Amino acid sequence: MTKPDNSATTDAEMADLPDETLPLDAWHRSRRGRMVSFAGYAMPIQYEGIMAEHLWTRDHAGLFDVSHMGQLELSGEGVVAALEALVPGDIAALAPGRIRYSLLLNADGGILDDLMITNAGDHLFLVVNGATKWDDIAHLREELPDEITINHLDEHALLALQGPEAAAALAALVPDATGLFFMEAGQFTWNGVPLGISRSGYTGEDGFEISLPAERAEAFADALCALPQVRPIGLGARDSLRLEAGLPLYGHDLDEGVTPVEGDLAFAISKRRRAEGGFPGADRILAQLAGGAPRRRVGLAIGGRQPVREGAPLFLGGQDVGVVTSGGFAPSVGAPVAMGFVAAAHAAPGTALEAEVRGRRIAVRVAPLPFIPHRYHRRGG
Amino acid sequence: MSRYFTDEHEWIDVEGDIATVGITDYAQEQLGDIVFVELPAPGATIEAGKEAAVVESVKAASDVFSPISGEVVDTNSDLEDDPALANASPEADGWFFRLRMSDPAQLQGLMDDAGYKAFLETLD
Repeated sequence: MTKPDNSATTDAEMADLPDETLPLDAWHRSRRGRMVSFAGYAMPIQYEGIMAEHLWTRDHAGLFDVSHMGQLELSGEGVVAALEALVPGDIAALAPGRIRYSLLLNADGGILDDLMITNAGDHLFLVVNGATKWDDIAHLREELPDEITINHLDEHALLALQGPEAAAALAALVPDATGLFFMEAGQFTWNGVPLGISRSGYTGEDGFEISLPAERAEAFADALCALPQVRPIGLGARDSLRLEAGLPLYGHDLDEGVTPVEGDLAFAISKRRRAEGGFPGADRILAQLAGGAPRRRVGLAIGGRQPVREGAPLFLGGQDVGVVTSGGFAPSVGAPVAMGFVAAAHAAPGTALEAEVRGRRIAVRVAPLPFIPHRYHRRGG
Repeated sequence: MSRYFTDEHEWIDVEGDIATVGITDYAQEQLGDIVFVELPAPGATIEAGKEAAVVESVKAASDVFSPISGEVVDTNSDLEDDPALANASPEADGWFFRLRMSDPAQLQGLMDDAGYKAFLETLD
């Protein structure tokens, strides 16, 4: 048997460098986390098993260490307008304590990264992907005016608590935080520890992301995992949960060659910005919004039990019509699912295609995303 | 009946000229939850060291190499309906395929039970 490729590193440039450790490294190992290389860090791929952890999160609450992600504070005169020059979201309309999903774009409208932007009152708080954070920081330094200050919170851990029992669990430690609704954020304290908490996540479930000083992360993680609803969850289940939720993974489903319209992320292009333009690649992106993109990110339901994974080409008869960018077994669906890019003419839900895996064709069908309905705690919902 | 092991974490039971091949408990533990097993077609000729089956966990696909050459005479259809059998009973009910060996001399150099246990000790 070939050794299963547990390496989850997405950035080939980092492959030769030794992994750095995150604040909870010893905590993961003490809980028998199986550590792998991801985005230049040693991180837990699983504890008891991906399937069990995935299902636990959908039924209860899972605690994820996402401290590899980049936490950035942007401040200074004109910071909102300055950031709007780099992203297609309406940041000016973002009220204090509100969060928006957005995209860093290159001059061609390609996606450099996807990120969360919070109006934190006197500054903007950004959470960017771990594998891209150094490139993002360099890009922001290059593109933002000198009067904008970038503060990288590299002494902060980031934890995600996700699942239908996340709110009940967090209420035991930080009762006030459960007053937040989906895509809202605030500052709280636990035993004197400052916590930046947002009601957001990457599983499709209700949940929270908690930023806190690295040296207090272990105590807080211990307190959460002492609650009956909470178990630690590894990167493996994080990936299967987000796949079922239809959420793209940067470096796999999104990259510099993908525009927001192609990536099925047109919702991230705010109404005012569509009218005004003024973001990188606006001409191309607005043209795609009006006239359609040549290809689109879609969900793919898989016939049979064989997983169809990243890289599998998609065919309509003899015609190459796309490629799978993420795929695997979906524990809550009970079957394999995938997502990928398909030529616009064949991207309608229900379209029957074939994926090629190890020289054989597997029947797939374009399916609406998400595979598992989102269960966010929306204001007024 | 003798059981042999490979350093790729397959086991081989030999009875006459028939060899039954599966993956070891260590292998299933490393793979995690197994969701699909692709088995060779009965009648196919398999060469030692070549890919004979594919085992898919939630996370990834891994090749299973045949340690010996021969003709496939049987495959474990239970794995098609219940791939997790390879997790639950890797070294018994979760066997993968049976070969009629064309060159039993290939068994020489494989490990026995004690040898494989010692080999596992060398892994971290």
